[in-house]
Amino acid sequence: MNSLFPPFDWHRVVVQPWSEDFALNIWIVVMGFLVAAACGLVGNYLLLRRMALVGDAISHSILPGLVVAFLIFREASTWAMFGGALAAGMVTVALIEFIHKQSRVKPDAAICIAFTVLFAIGVVMMSALESRGSFHIDADCVLYGEIAFVSLEPPVVWNGWELGPPSVLRMAGLFVAAVAAILVFYKELLVTSFDPGLAKSLGMRAGVWHYGLMAALALVVVGAFESVGAILAVAMLIVPPMFAAQLAGRLPGRLLLTVAHAALSTLLGLHLSVWLNCSAAGAMVVAGSLLFVAAWIGTAVRAKLVRIEAAAPQIKHAF
Amino acid sequence: MKVRRGIFLLGLLAVLLLAPEAAHAARINELTESTMGERAVRFFTFQDPSLRNALAGSMLLGICCGLMGAFLVVRKLALMGDALSHAVLPGVALGFLWNMTKDPVAIFIGATVVGLLGAGTVQLIRSTTKHKEDAALGFVLASFFAVGICLFTMIQNLPGGNKSGLDKFMFGQAASLSGGDVMLLAVVTILSLGVIVVFYKEYLLTSFDAGFARAIGLPVKIFHYSLMLMLAFAIVSSLQAVGVVLVSAMLVIPAAAAFLLTDRLGMMLLLSAIFGLCSGGAGAFFSFVGRNLPTGPFMVLAAAGLFAGALFFGPRHGIASRWWRQWSRSARIQRENALKAIYHELESGDFVTEHVALQALAERRRETLEEVRRQVAKLGAHRQASLSADGETVSLTPEGWQRACEIVRNHRLWELYLTNEAQVASDHVHEDAEIIEHVLGEASVLQLEKRLNYARRDPHGKLIPGLNDIRRGHAAVTGTRATGFGSSAS
Repeated sequence: MNSLFPPFDWHRVVVQPWSEDFALNIWIVVMGFLVAAACGLVGNYLLLRRMALVGDAISHSILPGLVVAFLIFREASTWAMFGGALAAGMVTVALIEFIHKQSRVKPDAAICIAFTVLFAIGVVMMSALESRGSFHIDADCVLYGEIAFVSLEPPVVWNGWELGPPSVLRMAGLFVAAVAAILVFYKELLVTSFDPGLAKSLGMRAGVWHYGLMAALALVVVGAFESVGAILAVAMLIVPPMFAAQLAGRLPGRLLLTVAHAALSTLLGLHLSVWLNCSAAGAMVVAGSLLFVAAWIGTAVRAKLVRIEAAAPQIKHAF
Repeated sequence: MKVRRGIFLLGLLAVLLLAPEAAHAARINELTESTMGERAVRFFTFQDPSLRNALAGSMLLGICCGLMGAFLVVRKLALMGDALSHAVLPGVALGFLWNMTKDPVAIFIGATVVGLLGAGTVQLIRSTTKHKEDAALGFVLASFFAVGICLFTMIQNLPGGNKSGLDKFMFGQAASLSGGDVMLLAVVTILSLGVIVVFYKEYLLTSFDAGFARAIGLPVKIFHYSLMLMLAFAIVSSLQAVGVVLVSAMLVIPAAAAFLLTDRLGMMLLLSAIFGLCSGGAGAFFSFVGRNLPTGPFMVLAAAGLFAGALFFGPRHGIASRWWRQWSRSARIQRENALKAIYHELESGDFVTEHVALQALAERRRETLEEVRRQVAKLGAHRQASLSADGETVSLTPEGWQRACEIVRNHRLWELYLTNEAQVASDHVHEDAEIIEHVLGEASVLQLEKRLNYARRDPHGKLIPGLNDIRRGHAAVTGTRATGFGSSAS
């Protein structure tokens, strides 16, 4: 067990990542932050709509979307991948609705059926293609991605400026798009998420916003997919908003806290992964979860203190 | 009792599947090059011990997941299976770390403990924060999984130990099941069968009406956690065969298919286990025939096929059956409307003749002659009317006459009821009666008649056909006129 946890070496864990290995780590941190922040922003709305596990479903079912996109376009280009993921996301949502509406199966079971079947189809197609040697998606990559490869990508050069690895730029674009969409459609998203009845009476089409959110979800998940994998993308969707919801009641505060949590968990995660010599994406999620647990304990303790304080005068009175 | 016997048979099957294990607890030998047909033959002759392992394991897994899944589906905990199957990953890693081998028992214990910890965390988040169930499940799923990933990558960097095959827990490969794994599956299956049979009533009650169960003093929490424990057993022992993601599919899909087919928990458990068994067998077959394909996805696709079958063709809730019912109902209503039109035409001729011209019928219904011909042909197919030799007139058979009388009677009685009892204006009652005339049963018609004092005429002054007219058959055949109810003296 000793060798499992290496001793905590201050220089190796804290100083070295920012001195000698700076060029390697900076992109990992930026990528981790962008993934967690973009997913987290979308995740806030999922949490409000009690659809956190639809995020889980979509992150799994984009696998067949990617394979089919590859089969159609014969190349693993960015646009093909995003198109495939988007289509797969829509199919998932439609399939969940179909099963739920057309039978008496409850929504939770419908979610489970839809995404596992699509995932199974994806795995079968993937292994069929692999056995012909024409295609390769690393099975591990599907599940936990490889964020460390980000810094190995050849950077995009524009007018002599080295902008950064292409996947980081894509994710940055998605993050900016998510922020812009939230700023522009803030009111609509707020009303449709909190009060569908009011939204309907104001003439907003709930279905349009629902599918729009699902499309945004599919986009950020496919952006996150290659760096953190399907299942850790779920963590990025759920954990930052849960942390934020634990500390703030109002939506603007939650959105800001989500971004803060993304930054903090990425940094902590990087050092954790250097210390323990483990998967960086996994460590980022572990760090994020620990932050949530800290917030959870903190609010529980505060609630207890408030209760004691409220009871204090009576106690004094009793003596 | 039938269900009990079925469950007993399943248990027996589990034992039988286990029997060859004692003799052939050998490791898998690699499949040699062979054609698909040869492999299919080999599959059904059960020559390979490794195949026997894989098949027995897959089928046992199907039974065990099917049983647990039935409870998940009726308790609306379907995603608990998903969450726990991801959450046990760190337990697998810890079990491996115990003595750095893939000892099934150590991994089983580690994963079960962590699985229960996950289930407990879900409850704790739900009870101490404002987060809803979906968020709690998602948190446990993702954060436990991340811990597992970290442990796995740390193990990869450790010196020594037989680390190969740990990734099998992700996607699963039934061919890599060892005799010990299958034994474990069998023990878990028989254990959960036994517990479910013994405590069937308690689980039934706590699943459907927890409040009542609590009121009569049942320890609901204990039953919940014992179910979670068995669920963790089922998940952990199935992981190697189907992998993390698809375990939840094997838990939910067969159970959901069974849920569509029956309303009784016992029957559902049985069907779910049978579906799981079939899809397990089918998954093992396909992954064996198509060489080196992962087993889990094929199992899931087989289960999905069963689910789709239940979804579309389930006798009561199936989509196709529902369409068929709707279609046959609207066809019946169309036929009855045609019969009614013939009756009206006969009535306008005072029942002197028994033949009605198709042309007159078309004018009455404001339809083309072709449409009327088609309707009459449909009536003919149901032996309710017959076309004359020249094809221009139609006459009702005794069955057709009876149904036509019933429809008109329903219609006019209802109109009368609405005007007399519900004070609806007499020119507003027709549309309502048009709808209800096809639905009223004999008992309610008799009640209506009594209520209306056996009235003879409807609000528009037309005679209401009575029971005598219906029994007598076609008025023209007997040479008497339809005179409405109360004319039994004639």
